Amino acid sequence: MKTNEPVITVKNMVKKFGNFIANDNLSFEVYKGEIFGFLGANGAGKTTAIRILCGLSTPTSGKMTVAGYDVFKQTEKIKQNIGYMSQKFSLYEDLTVYENIRFYGGVYGMKIAERKARTTEMLDRLGLTAYENRKIGDLPLGWKQKLAFSIAILHNPKIVFLDEPTGGVDPITRRQFWNLIYEAVEKGITVFVTTHYMDEAEYCDRVSIMADGKIVALDTPERLKEQYNAANMDEVFLKIAR
Amino acid sequence: MIEVIDIHKQYGDVVALNKVSLSVKKGELFGLIGPDGAGKTSLMRILMSLLLPDSGSATMNGLDVVKDYKKVRLTTGYMPGRFSLYPDLTVEENLKFFATVFGTTIQENYYLIKDIYQQIEPFKTRRAGKLSGGMKQKLALSCALIHKPEILILDEPTTGVDAVSRKEFWEMLKRLKDMGITILVSTPYMDEASLCDRIALVQQGNLMSVATPLAMENSFAEDLWQIRTRKIYNTSKLLEKLPKIISVNSFGQVLHLVTPKGFYQSDKIHEFLSQNGEIEISVEPAKATIEDVFILLMNDHKAKS
Repeated sequence: MKTNEPVITVKNMVKKFGNFIANDNLSFEVYKGEIFGFLGANGAGKTTAIRILCGLSTPTSGKMTVAGYDVFKQTEKIKQNIGYMSQKFSLYEDLTVYENIRFYGGVYGMKIAERKARTTEMLDRLGLTAYENRKIGDLPLGWKQKLAFSIAILHNPKIVFLDEPTGGVDPITRRQFWNLIYEAVEKGITVFVTTHYMDEAEYCDRVSIMADGKIVALDTPERLKEQYNAANMDEVFLKIAR
Repeated sequence: MIEVIDIHKQYGDVVALNKVSLSVKKGELFGLIGPDGAGKTSLMRILMSLLLPDSGSATMNGLDVVKDYKKVRLTTGYMPGRFSLYPDLTVEENLKFFATVFGTTIQENYYLIKDIYQQIEPFKTRRAGKLSGGMKQKLALSCALIHKPEILILDEPTTGVDAVSRKEFWEMLKRLKDMGITILVSTPYMDEASLCDRIALVQQGNLMSVATPLAMENSFAEDLWQIRTRKIYNTSKLLEKLPKIISVNSFGQVLHLVTPKGFYQSDKIHEFLSQNGEIEISVEPAKATIEDVFILLMNDHKAKS
């Protein structure tokens, strides 16, 4: 559930690659338990920002904390406290469902008993118990995506980063996926999500829109629609990013 | 222009295409709409003679895709789903390479690609691998067009592309169609369906329906209600308990509820919700979108299998 307690704070974040400014003085906060939509055109600088917030890339300047940890000095702490999933990379195709879970449980340093208990509960909830010995490569994309998300939050992280999690998924699975997101939020996990589906932008508590390395809009979908006199988020996006 | 007759393709036990038949007319912009794994790419690869079907046949402009494959390749432009140009060659070198392979020059057919190529021309000395997603897409389309094909086959050209670039891309396709090129394009984005002349909804190797986007929307056989609520997730969970419900799905800031034709009036649904403590809601009959049709057909399909 949404609170006013910040879990991500970004102040004057700058990232340069040579002369190119990928992130140009970004400042924003993400609150505990909210679904934060991070939108923008291709090349606007979203991936660069996400990589910094996940502790995978060092910013040029600024003051940023994720889950209370500094992005310059405490990247390992950050990695332990977040989950990450994208459409491009999620699970190991040659490992079974169970092996993938065991692997990620190990990477996140979960205790064996805890991992086992959570695995049983998770497979049951996803209806995948009968498939635990199937290779990931043999599963339909929709199942993989739902499983990948559940594994990304297996260690009960404070924040989960989702980079285009629903790309190419059928319309029913896409909505089931969002139900999983809502369930995670109920448990107090903060969701940081990017998407190209503008109807999904409506499901976020707040949405930021990036263009040319800057955040050009940040508010609730309601207020953005009002401000830009738009019927839906698609229109807002086109007005801002074009 | 494109005729597909009973094409069947299996990978082991997985049926990628289940006896698919399809006909695309000359000058048509035809869309294959469906999620990953529906069979769209397999069908396109068969049409491009890059994959052999297990059974069935297909012709492109009268040429058999198996027997006459060399001729088919000369008269067709193809943009695969994955970026397949040479990343170490520059923009201009890539274009020149494809023109040469097809025995033509950039100058000869420049008028076809002018609108698109001009947008990336300022970067013509940049290596293709260093281009942004949108620019790569424009270069790939230019390369697919440089030999003046009669048919253009585009495999998910807009996947992973932002909403603005997607709009621009469809405007380019519209112009190519106006020049008389027949276009077969696939997409997982349902909202792009309305930009095609005709579409096929594809799911698990089957064409669930083929029609114009408008006819497809009008074919929706059940009642559809648009419900506005402050708490999308809660209201949706509640509606799942509505007797005789077919489905409830979120569509941006509203819910779409599907009930059997003629079974409910809007005030009955409103009553059900207010009795269960939902206030500040509105229930109105709504017109189905392609995505509604797709979801309904998917549910039907699941019920049957």
